[in-house]
Amino acid sequence: MDIGGTLVKLVYFEPKDITAEEEQEEVESLKSIRRYLTSHTAYGKTGIRDVHLELSDLILWGRKGNLHFIRFPTHELPAFLLMGRDKHFSSLHTTLCATGGGAFKYEDDFRTMANLQLLKLDELDCLIKGVMYIYSVVSSGPPECYYFEHPTDPERCEQKAYNLEDPYPLLLVNIGSGVSILAVYSKDNYKRVTGTSLGGGTFLGLCCLLTGCSTFEEALAMATEGESTCVDKLVRDIYGGDYERFGLPGWAVASSFGNMICKEKRDSVSKEDLARATLVTITNNIGSITRMCALNENIERVVFVGNFLRVNTLSMKLLSYALDYWSKGQLKALFLRHEGYFGAVGALLELPNPS
Amino acid sequence: MALSSGADRGSHSMDKSITLPPDEIFRNLENAKRFAIDIGGSLTKLAYYSTVQHKVAKVRSFDHSAKETEGDPLYEISVQEEITARLHFIKFENAYIETCLDFIKDHLVNTETKVIKATGGGAHKFKDLIEKKLKLKVDKEDEMTCLIKGCNFVLKNIPHEAFVYAKHADSEFRFQNTHPDIFPYLLINIGSGVSIVKVEAEDKFERIGGSSIGGGTFWGLGALLTKTKRFDELLQLASKGQHTNVDMLVKDIYGGAYGSLGLTGDLIASSFGKSATTDKEFSKEDMAKSLLHMISNDIGQLACLYAKLHNLTRVYFGGFFIRGHPVTMHTITYSINFFTKGEVQALFLRHEGYLGAIGAFLKGAEEDNPNQYSWGENYAGSSGLMSVSPELNPVQRARSGTFDMLEMDRLERQLVNLPLLQDPTSYIPDTVDLTEDVLAREYWLYCFEEALDGVVKRAIASQKDQPKAVERAEKFRQKYRHKLQTLRHQPFAYGSLTVRSLLDTREHCLNEFNFPDPYSKIKQKENDMALKYYLKVVKSVEELSWEQRQFTLVKGLLAGNVFDWGAKAVSDVLESDPEFGFEQAKLQLQERPWLVDAYNQWIERLKGPPHKCALFFVDNSGIDIILGVFPFIRELLIRGTEVVLASNSGPALNDVTNSELQILTERIAAMDPVIHTALKEDRLALVQNGSSSPCLDLSRLDKVLATVVRERGTDLVIIEGMGRAIHTNYYAMLSCESLKLAVIKNSWLAERLGGKIFSVVFKYEVPSNIREIKS
Repeated sequence: MDIGGTLVKLVYFEPKDITAEEEQEEVESLKSIRRYLTSHTAYGKTGIRDVHLELSDLILWGRKGNLHFIRFPTHELPAFLLMGRDKHFSSLHTTLCATGGGAFKYEDDFRTMANLQLLKLDELDCLIKGVMYIYSVVSSGPPECYYFEHPTDPERCEQKAYNLEDPYPLLLVNIGSGVSILAVYSKDNYKRVTGTSLGGGTFLGLCCLLTGCSTFEEALAMATEGESTCVDKLVRDIYGGDYERFGLPGWAVASSFGNMICKEKRDSVSKEDLARATLVTITNNIGSITRMCALNENIERVVFVGNFLRVNTLSMKLLSYALDYWSKGQLKALFLRHEGYFGAVGALLELPNPS
Repeated sequence: MALSSGADRGSHSMDKSITLPPDEIFRNLENAKRFAIDIGGSLTKLAYYSTVQHKVAKVRSFDHSAKETEGDPLYEISVQEEITARLHFIKFENAYIETCLDFIKDHLVNTETKVIKATGGGAHKFKDLIEKKLKLKVDKEDEMTCLIKGCNFVLKNIPHEAFVYAKHADSEFRFQNTHPDIFPYLLINIGSGVSIVKVEAEDKFERIGGSSIGGGTFWGLGALLTKTKRFDELLQLASKGQHTNVDMLVKDIYGGAYGSLGLTGDLIASSFGKSATTDKEFSKEDMAKSLLHMISNDIGQLACLYAKLHNLTRVYFGGFFIRGHPVTMHTITYSINFFTKGEVQALFLRHEGYLGAIGAFLKGAEEDNPNQYSWGENYAGSSGLMSVSPELNPVQRARSGTFDMLEMDRLERQLVNLPLLQDPTSYIPDTVDLTEDVLAREYWLYCFEEALDGVVKRAIASQKDQPKAVERAEKFRQKYRHKLQTLRHQPFAYGSLTVRSLLDTREHCLNEFNFPDPYSKIKQKENDMALKYYLKVVKSVEELSWEQRQFTLVKGLLAGNVFDWGAKAVSDVLESDPEFGFEQAKLQLQERPWLVDAYNQWIERLKGPPHKCALFFVDNSGIDIILGVFPFIRELLIRGTEVVLASNSGPALNDVTNSELQILTERIAAMDPVIHTALKEDRLALVQNGSSSPCLDLSRLDKVLATVVRERGTDLVIIEGMGRAIHTNYYAMLSCESLKLAVIKNSWLAERLGGKIFSVVFKYEVPSNIREIKS
């Protein structure tokens, strides 16, 4: 489990090679849990199993099985714990590996509410382990690592597979509620370069306040419909065109939300425009900080992960564009299909050999 | 500076109902030329160059060879008109542009001016209006170029221009010394967006980056979130809010700190993160605060990343987002501190709002080559830095409808460091920073206020026959009293408040009302009287044994220094008892051991080889210079040491000026063959120090003095008097031997230093590297 500020990410390994003998020995509660998890794709109102990400026929601890990816909002954690109590998780005598801030914040709740002991793990350690593991086990199906070719040309921009065989050095940007930027030099040599509080939580938080929406999906749908150029003040709005002396193109944003200082423009703007402007502002800012870190660390490859990017092609293309344009093609933005689940995967790998 | 009618500040329409007190705002317009204007989003800054005619006191030697009768004064004093250059900068709200242009049109006499340089986002909007009203062609200049030019100019010419902001310290503003070398630096200009500019030399700069998240984002997003329209109101909301209600903190995710990464629990993990996960209503104040933190942190982070990439440590912040707003200065400072772990300090500028106008002006004035001169802030004509913090100063907050001014005088000479400063970058002239030392501040402000009547009286007495002397003196009194009151509330108004700045402000105010030298006649009388005793003193000293002679000379120097009109305790005695003599002064002196007593070391040193050249910063006229300093340096000359006497370029209190000293030296040379020969052989030289202050800033000295010091291989510096050796330079570290001596003629100060009135400071210092060579 990876318990973040907004979402809990749960990774579940379902052995498929269970012998009849084993099945007989299995406690009832385990069977019931397995049935519950694998037979549903939604849990309660907010829990979701990302079926498209499921990895089948994986070998873990000598067992063959499927890896399932499940998420639910962190504020539903108490409900999850109650369910765990009702389904007698604790009778499994297994360790629950947990990472993310919630592993620390809710440790007591796990014990008192569900009688569960947590094995707490560092989230950045788990993140890197998870990335490397998933990349190494995905061999068929859609490529795990990809990038956008021709990011500055909307006509020709398309998704392409990227070979991450030799990954180091690497800048790993994890965009969750907030953002962490790591420089990874080898399997176990990395440092957190910096972070920013302007992340996915900021996008959603501002969208909720500005548009009255309440979910990430809603916010993203609105952003897709909207137009940010009426909200933002562009270079051409100030200079009539490019600001040549400083090599600033007219289309560049000079001031995010800069047009909103004017009442008439505030009154004429739509919710969709505001959602779009929020997305563009947050995304470009992450791109800008990332680019500076890449320069300071002298790293050319950047991998973006985290749930902010889930179903968010808009931001991925923006990041690809920004990195390519401002670095004059020096930097490459890479993305991973299992974007938000690496922390949880890394935690799972720490599970003491269950056999 | 009140506006005569109630201007409606709420409306942004042109306000023609105001009338301006002419000589208080657009001063010296009749001679004005080379206009420049910087029109921003809400404020207009006007700049012009003008010449100021003011009176200066000149001294001229009589022709003594013709006849010399008893009772004739030594030299004649005349007051002459002199023309000096001054730069005027005025800042006002855009609403007043039309009124101001009309006013300028009506009062502008000079017709040479054909163009006005313009910069700033609003320049094109008002182009037609300016051209129509002033009949001047508007010539647009690039905004960034002007900004950088302006920034270079203030950093070079205004001591204490830059400051570090500390919200919770005793004094909010910690001023930085002017560094002789201002480059390279990073300027982060936060307007609607952010520009990050690296400046490497006067004309070499580059925009290395920027961000779209800036002041416009705070304002625009803030207006959407809180339905509050004005930028200032948004800041006020922010200053009352709690960001922790809106932001998701590390502890909201972790329950505490994220220890292994050193991230504390209070750190913001996700700005506005709580508004994404909870349905409750958020207060305007809290949202504004969260937004302010988000933007300030983001800018601070980018600034640090750029500073690191380009290896720069001096980072200045400007733009309307900053413009003296304590809330934004605080959040930016906090952010820079956090991201660089204290390695980089956020620096702000006192005249940040004027940079564009100054730069545009300089672009237009290139043929006058203003950069070849040194300029000085005129404390009398400048408004000073205002705190806009609402909680700190509610009165000033309402001041937004008024006018702010900066005036700079062109100095006659270029000012440079004394080459003998051990470390010019860490040199601080002033001994006590009154912005930080509250007790000392209260004492000195009281002291200067108490002394004001006497100064007014003296000013009137010095110009008995001049027109309107009483009226002018009264104006002086009002102005200086007002300055003192301002400083009581805003000690940071002109940089660090010091005894020196209080004295200098007084001199500037006196000059403002044409009292260039209130002590001229007193100095003349005292010089006259002291000269009569010169030979007698020299002769009595010559009769003494070597040991006795050295002590008598030092005592003479100290006794001479008791005669000082700058110190109130002494001016009382002098005024009531003019017979207070040299010998009596000696009796007043503290017996040895003195308060600071390095006399024995000094004598030991004198038993060794003579110094090559001594530089002596002299103090008062009369007994001090004639009966104290001259016999002392006479002995040095006899020992084989060259002597350079450095005196003030312009008058200050009863300090001897360079032109007075020229005459005095001639007269002494006529009596004393030792002085005569030394002058003839150029072993005694007189130089001016470039200053008109009773104190001494060794980082702003006449360039000629620096050359002389270097050429002559100066190895001893003597600084005399309270102003130069106690209020300033007491802790100054020199790279050669130094002697700092003074008599403490102020009981409060004496007590503070652990002594009584008329305590003696005799500080002889040898830098460690020289000490090692000798031993």
